[in-house]
Amino acid sequence: MSKEIIKLKNIQMVFNKKGKMFHEEKKIHVLKDVNLDIYEGEIIAIVGESGCGKTTVGKIITGLLKPTSGEILFEDQNIYKFDIRNFNKTRELVQFVQQDSYAALNPVRTIYQSLSAPILHHYKKISREELDEKINNLMNIVGLTPAEQFLSKYPHMLSGGQRQRILMARAISLEPKLIVADEPVSMIDVSMRLSILNLMSELNKKFKISFIYITHDLATAKYIAKNGRICVMYLGEIVELGNIDDVLKNPKHPYTKALIAAVPIPDPKIAKKAIDIPIKSMDITGLEHRGDGCPFYLRCPHAKDICKEKNEDIIIGNRLVKCCRLEEIDREGS
Amino acid sequence: MSKNIIEFKDLSIEYVLSKYSLRAVNKVSLNLVEGKITALVGESGSGKTTIASSMINCISSPGKIVEGQVLYYGNDEVIDVAKLNEDEINKFRWKEISMVFQGAQSSLNPVITIFNQFYETLTVHENYKPKKERRKITKQMAKERVKYLLEFVNLDAERVMNSYPHELSGGMKQRVMIAFSLLLDPKVIILDEPTTALDVITQDFIFKLLQKINREMNITMLLLTHDIAVVAKYADYMGVMYGGELMEYGTVESVFKNRYHPYTSGLISSTPSLIADNSKLSPIDGIPPNLLNMPTGCRFHPRCKKCMEICQSNEPSEVINKNGHMVRCFLFDKEEKINE
Repeated sequence: MSKEIIKLKNIQMVFNKKGKMFHEEKKIHVLKDVNLDIYEGEIIAIVGESGCGKTTVGKIITGLLKPTSGEILFEDQNIYKFDIRNFNKTRELVQFVQQDSYAALNPVRTIYQSLSAPILHHYKKISREELDEKINNLMNIVGLTPAEQFLSKYPHMLSGGQRQRILMARAISLEPKLIVADEPVSMIDVSMRLSILNLMSELNKKFKISFIYITHDLATAKYIAKNGRICVMYLGEIVELGNIDDVLKNPKHPYTKALIAAVPIPDPKIAKKAIDIPIKSMDITGLEHRGDGCPFYLRCPHAKDICKEKNEDIIIGNRLVKCCRLEEIDREGS
Repeated sequence: MSKNIIEFKDLSIEYVLSKYSLRAVNKVSLNLVEGKITALVGESGSGKTTIASSMINCISSPGKIVEGQVLYYGNDEVIDVAKLNEDEINKFRWKEISMVFQGAQSSLNPVITIFNQFYETLTVHENYKPKKERRKITKQMAKERVKYLLEFVNLDAERVMNSYPHELSGGMKQRVMIAFSLLLDPKVIILDEPTTALDVITQDFIFKLLQKINREMNITMLLLTHDIAVVAKYADYMGVMYGGELMEYGTVESVFKNRYHPYTSGLISSTPSLIADNSKLSPIDGIPPNLLNMPTGCRFHPRCKKCMEICQSNEPSEVINKNGHMVRCFLFDKEEKINE
């Protein structure tokens, strides 16, 4: 078993919703008891609906947000116990690739300037030649050749796919161990998506960089995280975690089942057969109304009164499922 | 025999700019079959939205139709949409063809309640009618109609009617917009990327709802999307657009089975699937075309794996087989080649 790079332990995240004139200040529990280990060289996909906290997890891992409570261990050391210098060093080893490649690049800087900034910051005394060579090398890795053609351009002159490649180049420039990619392909033209996903798996294999692929698209998650793991989130909790092929073939949690049934298959012969999604209501219940029990309680077709108060992790082999009625549901199904 | 409700005939649309003109749609001929869902698939900039907005004479300035016609067969007499004057188009729009815009979340007015937005549309359209037919629309009458529509799209009508848009979730706003498009009983609805910003579960609910509208009210739909999996699941006919041209058209089953055009087959084989073996997937190389600097010959040739010499200089023309399957590619330049 390879070793963990990042360990999230009992992460809680509470946002304060500011009170307005006649409203009291509200606390919104965005993440609840999130435990997640990320291993060296793996690709893990985090999937869930919008508002389920998947981006918040990404931001916590990269150190952009400090959790309300809980520990983040980077190679077995708590990053919030580090002094500022060591903290910054660990942050360099964990990089973030955003969804909107246009917003992530400074529009008035050329690609060369955007790419050189982190390198200059990190290696204070780098010569011009070394810098140029490094950048050329990066551009070759992400498949933007000849590099000279792109380096003097501004972000608006590139296509979405090319900008996303620039972001990848910038993310790998400091030789990170982990890249958190937040919906990297959702804003790219369909015909280019696959090539960005291929680039990510190439980087994963070549440089042993671990990837956290945050998405709501199960099909691309399956494509990129072959043999990797999938983590299904619902309203701030991990409801199912396990090997991606196993989870997609044999989902256990009622929410994962609903999610998989809703994905359209690009083949009319299969897709035209209408399947009903096993779910009670389509509207996501807000985070504010969540009680102590199962977050999926209000929408779950198998919910009983017990789910309102109780919720527990069940581990089957290397799979984690958060559902206290799992065995009964399995029996009902068979 | 199925009847066409809309016919695009050799339609070309240009955006005329000061130095050059940009041809967003080039010689598209397409028929929408009444009572069916037709999907147009293509990347951004392929001209889907421009074609759709020509149906309600609503092409954003400075675009205009330079060639061809859009014919509407919904009433007894044929209407050439581009020739309508301002009064006529005001009557036509939303009454005959309505549209659910891309990013419906921001199509609602944030400072007016949902009910008042419906009410405004109802009263304004009443005023377009000839004086004799005009009725006085009371709030009570409007309320009944709005309530019926909102309940039809599975919303809690009483609550939603009195809400402001920010009080609703994305999926709810999208359903409000669908109810809105049904307000004046149109015969055709254009759906421009209706579920792009929504989650898969919400997406499925919205499409089930649209299918219900399509079947129960017999409303023809034109679905614009880039998601080929959605098309496979919900559409009856599909057209594939690339760089402003219609490359392939046919029933969904036929297009997926035969995938004559290399772009269609590239699109289908670059879409990951949840159940199929994904190891054979391959991306389409190259980048989408620049509309200002369109390649000569076939517009897809710089990215095409089966590119021949003739593709670089000559433009392929449409070839249609007896089942109505159309393809525009030199590999299939004779009708026999696409009749299996």
